[in-house]
Amino acid sequence: MTKTVRNLLLAVLALSPALVAAAPSGEALAFTCAGCHGTDGSSVGPSMPSIAGMDPEVFVDAMKDYQVDKRNSSIMNRIAKGYTAQQLEDMAWFFARQRLQLLPQKYDAALAARGKLLHDKHCEKCHENGGRPGDAGTLAGQWMPYLQHTMDDFMSGKRDWPRKMKRKVDAAIADDGKQAIPALIHYYASQH
Amino acid sequence: MTKITRRDFIRSTGGVAALGAGLGFPHIALGAARRVVVVGGGVGGCTVAKYLRKLDPNLAVTLIESKTTYTTCFMSNEVLSGERTLESITFGYDGLRRHGVDVVTDTVVGIDPVKKTVATAGGRSFDYDACVVSPGIGFKWDAIDGYDESVSETITHAWNAGPQTKILRRQLQAMRQGGRVIIVAPPNPFKCPPGPYERASQIAMYCKHHNPRAKILILDAKDAFSKQGLYVEGWTKLYGYGSGNSMIEWVGAASGGKVESVDPSTLTVQAEIEEFQGDVVNIIPPQKAGAIAFAADLVDGDWCPVDKRTFESKRHKDIYVLGDASSAAKMPKSAYAANSQAKVAAAAIVARFLGREPGDPTFVNTCYSVVGEDFGISVAAVYTLDAKNNSIEEMPKSGGVSPANASPEIRKREVSYAHSWFKNVINDMME
Repeated sequence: MTKTVRNLLLAVLALSPALVAAAPSGEALAFTCAGCHGTDGSSVGPSMPSIAGMDPEVFVDAMKDYQVDKRNSSIMNRIAKGYTAQQLEDMAWFFARQRLQLLPQKYDAALAARGKLLHDKHCEKCHENGGRPGDAGTLAGQWMPYLQHTMDDFMSGKRDWPRKMKRKVDAAIADDGKQAIPALIHYYASQH
Repeated sequence: MTKITRRDFIRSTGGVAALGAGLGFPHIALGAARRVVVVGGGVGGCTVAKYLRKLDPNLAVTLIESKTTYTTCFMSNEVLSGERTLESITFGYDGLRRHGVDVVTDTVVGIDPVKKTVATAGGRSFDYDACVVSPGIGFKWDAIDGYDESVSETITHAWNAGPQTKILRRQLQAMRQGGRVIIVAPPNPFKCPPGPYERASQIAMYCKHHNPRAKILILDAKDAFSKQGLYVEGWTKLYGYGSGNSMIEWVGAASGGKVESVDPSTLTVQAEIEEFQGDVVNIIPPQKAGAIAFAADLVDGDWCPVDKRTFESKRHKDIYVLGDASSAAKMPKSAYAANSQAKVAAAAIVARFLGREPGDPTFVNTCYSVVGEDFGISVAAVYTLDAKNNSIEEMPKSGGVSPANASPEIRKREVSYAHSWFKNVINDMME
């Protein structure tokens, strides 16, 4: 089934609530996440990530990785295991439709300026529009401790690199050394 | 032909779904707004009020609460250790007002399930189509000889945060060097199952810096407690637990931990086997549903039986009971549980106003405890309805507590997530 056909089927389902009235709706499932990830997926921080506006495939892939303990986690692996594949997809579409509400964070302007150059050169191709919600993980305005945890996990081998990402991060580090990752994090923090 | 990107698609289907929802909600143009009266401005009450207005902005939602601010019991142990101020866990209701909720400062004294009215101490009466009762806990003041509300300024409970938290904090600060703190932990079920042990931990963290020879003795009416293995791991690492010189000692029921009486004039606690004297005594009494649940005839025993699909009372139609006061096993009496139940109730109320059967509910609980510096632990569960037995069951092979002997990095992250949890729960319930 092509992506477009699948998406159209999902849209038809969304239009006919009576057909799926018995099972918890995507909305009902997603509402249970708000106590940690904020109302409709916009976290007020300081470290839990926002998931509003997230690409549905990125959402489902992340949750499936948590289900099989493939992604380093503190609590999400235990939670992800409570849902069926269909439920994950229903939640994914709910969050995909939410507008991401971002809050300002304190960042270092000089580092952020370096980070912008690194982002444009190495990251923009996948994390488009400065890392705003799109086909890859949302980075713009994401909470800094979360970005830090994520990069720590990649760098220490606790999380598998997505395709091409390691090469790009290595290249950024070749450009700016130890400052590269802090610079990127400060840049994303500046993009609220 | 134009290529439709996934993002365009989300935008368009979002729009179509919204249109569908509009067509499915014909009440918009019909008659007077349905009225929901919410009793209690804690996690359950605030969340249900906010989400009712979110799900149907045409509802007239009134929330009645006797206090003008809400001080959270969760995170109040960090006030005891001095990690945060009482002000940092105290919140006003203006956020709810911005969501169109009419917040009334008054005390509900009765609910008439036939006339469908709520009466207040201020002499007002509120008509409702649906009433949500979320009063939290009350204390069984007659359970421990010598302990009742009149001595709670000497021997605190501090299990509803506010002035009580301040008194206990001051007592800890004034305690002599090498003094003994006694915490009396209640029998199940009670609000915040890991709370007494987090309290001992936070007090130990304070004493480690300010009163290093102090001892904390937990006298427990139970033989086991929430997150026990993780607490023991943290206490061993941080406070010498298990050594001859542990700062924290725990006495379970089997070892005589159940407390029978207290003498407030000497701060002496009589447990089943031994007598213990403390310099600071904190008694967390056995609990029951809050007073209005009894006045409104919503209880069966100590707690309020509910239909787990909707959280409607089993005793009176069109009254819903949320949070600590409800009998919602296997969900614990926690803030996150009340928040989760409130959304199920809000959706059920909205569905019924539309003449629809409420769908299957889904629930989550997450709860963090901060055992000490860079040492956070958590418990999580995803729940589903067992409609046949009217019970709430954990999804198999999911949930549970943080892993034993996790890396220092993960323990540290869980402290930061505990504080995020707090901010997001507050945001989701009342901002």
